[in-house]
Amino acid sequence: MPLFKSSRVMEAQIDEFLDTVGEGGLVYQAGVKSYLQGDVTDFEAAIAKIDKLENRADKISKDVEANLYRHSLIPEHRGDVLGLLEHTDNIIDTAKTSLYQFSVEQPEIPAEFHAEFAKLTDASAAAVDAVIVCARAFFRDADLVKDNLYKVHHFEKEADLISDALKRAVFAGSLDLAHKIHLRYFALNVEKVSDKAQEVADRLAIYSIKRTI
Amino acid sequence: MVEILFFLSSGLFLGWSLGANDAANVFGTAVGTRMIRFRTAATVCSVCVILGATISGAGAAHTLGKLGSVNALAGSFTVALASALTTFLMTRLKLPVSTSQSIVGAIIGWNFYSASLTDSSSLTKIVTTWVACPLLSGAMAVVLFILVRVALRVSKPHLLRLDFGTRWGLLLMGAFGSYSLGANNIANVMGVFVPDNPFHDLTLFGWLRVTAVQQLFFLGGVAIAVGVFTYSERVMKTVGGGIVKISPVPALVIVAAHSLTLFLFASEGLEIFLAGHGLPTFPLVPVSSSQAVVGAIVGLSLFKGIGIRYKVLGEISLGWLATPLLAGVLSFLLLFFMDNVFAQKVFAPVPYRLDRAVIEELARRGVSDPHLDELAPRDNARDMQRQVAAMTRLSPEDIRTVLELSEIGSWRVDMRAHDPSAWHDMGLTQGQIEALEVLDGRSFERSWQLRRALEAASPDWRPGDDGPAGRKRNKLLDGQFSLLLRMFDTRR
Repeated sequence: MPLFKSSRVMEAQIDEFLDTVGEGGLVYQAGVKSYLQGDVTDFEAAIAKIDKLENRADKISKDVEANLYRHSLIPEHRGDVLGLLEHTDNIIDTAKTSLYQFSVEQPEIPAEFHAEFAKLTDASAAAVDAVIVCARAFFRDADLVKDNLYKVHHFEKEADLISDALKRAVFAGSLDLAHKIHLRYFALNVEKVSDKAQEVADRLAIYSIKRTI
Repeated sequence: MVEILFFLSSGLFLGWSLGANDAANVFGTAVGTRMIRFRTAATVCSVCVILGATISGAGAAHTLGKLGSVNALAGSFTVALASALTTFLMTRLKLPVSTSQSIVGAIIGWNFYSASLTDSSSLTKIVTTWVACPLLSGAMAVVLFILVRVALRVSKPHLLRLDFGTRWGLLLMGAFGSYSLGANNIANVMGVFVPDNPFHDLTLFGWLRVTAVQQLFFLGGVAIAVGVFTYSERVMKTVGGGIVKISPVPALVIVAAHSLTLFLFASEGLEIFLAGHGLPTFPLVPVSSSQAVVGAIVGLSLFKGIGIRYKVLGEISLGWLATPLLAGVLSFLLLFFMDNVFAQKVFAPVPYRLDRAVIEELARRGVSDPHLDELAPRDNARDMQRQVAAMTRLSPEDIRTVLELSEIGSWRVDMRAHDPSAWHDMGLTQGQIEALEVLDGRSFERSWQLRRALEAASPDWRPGDDGPAGRKRNKLLDGQFSLLLRMFDTRR
């Protein structure tokens, strides 16, 4: 039988995990914007920070997973919680990979597309932010999950629209094809972060129904 | 001594089958939802059953248990064996059934074999338990569930904290349930062996006094515990997930509804408390743990609109119907074999005769008929009842009184034949013991004459009024008196 303390410790761990992923979203947003502004110092700092956050999130999710099995906690929702943690962890993984790609490939983004890239990043970060609120609600108040899921859908849709418009603008322009394809690839990368948030939201929609007694 | 130990074996078998079947009522949903591991549940259940049996089970009101009406040791052995076999069969079929109904069924089989009378209320009780108990428990589960749901919506506990609370709730409810399982059922398992108890009082570590009855009940408790460990997992799986898939919170609601139903509708203590404070009391209805838990599961599932596996539910219902019937038939057949093949005395014949003293006592109790004088002696209750019914115009209730008073036995108050600690173990007061001392050496042919002599000797033997407290006192006195009849019976 688990002691009350271990239950409390795990509650704190799950909260910390969600904080970490949420913060990862914000760091990602700041990192992309620093890149767009050409602020190398801030961009490098963002990469270092998201790297740390991603490692931390990995460690916590593994700890929680082990504890859930060790103490056979929440037998009915264990699979759901593990799936939720895994997919939420994918968000920060994707964000980190995306920032690294900026660092490695150093895409040349013409100034005319900066505003659209910034908007796309904002929408993706907002989707991450909203899905973290939903994930937190799943543990405390399943009804609140439903009340917030629409926000995730909204920001993901917005990211899709911005990305679509951006790609059309890129391909309508006079850049050479290799450059266009490179920019499209980065638009997709940024958009992918919101897609990962959407994946978590889709799972939460089902989990929260099971969670309602 | 060897004979007693041999006869004790069927009581232990009955205890084992009770443990195998009834542990599911208290821990089935917890184990079925994987909230508590089977080993943890079995350990807690076993410890609490043994504690309940040893500490609270020795209450004098039901020390003799249901089998007390069986008046020969070989008969008790056979009736317990029939009941245990029935319960075992139902457990093999993974069906939660009422152990006490299998005992009552087996006793009815003995009644038929020995030409004794079956109290019609025991049949009514069985049928009422099948219907009323699941309905009450189902309704209780729905009410509790609504309350819990509102409470959870308001308090919004973290999933892990809810898990923690539910788990401990299930464990505590299971522990209390197991304690009362031991306390309430041990008398049915071991009570009939109390007058022939092979144990003697012990003092452990120089300060812990363990009475002979407690040792006997401890042994019975261990038998129940072994049943829990070795064979209860099957029925637990039926209760915990066979009828319907249960989640942890509803699992707790079901166990709570089951315990609350037993407490509200079967607790004389509560009735006395409520009546004592001028509050309305709950009607006392016959309830059974197995029927209550199945009723709670079905009630809650219907309310939540969850698919019930009607095939399993149908099997359980058939199991309920079959239990007393099978126990009765099996008991009759086994008694026949014990009697005719093994030449064991499975019942002591009870003759009936009306003499002047009986007719006077009947008149005193307001029972009179011009043909009472003409009634001839008979060898057993059934023949006597037929005769009284044919020759008089008495009501069924009055006929029962005639039979009760005309029954002939042989009792001798012999205080030296028993260990003085036995009186305290039975919960007798100083006044009651003194009354027995006054009557020491006297013999009685009628049990009611002994009872009247005791009432005359001490106010502590006099019955209480018709209120709840009086009823409780009378039940205690009846329990003590039936134990005395066993101890002073010279035909044994």
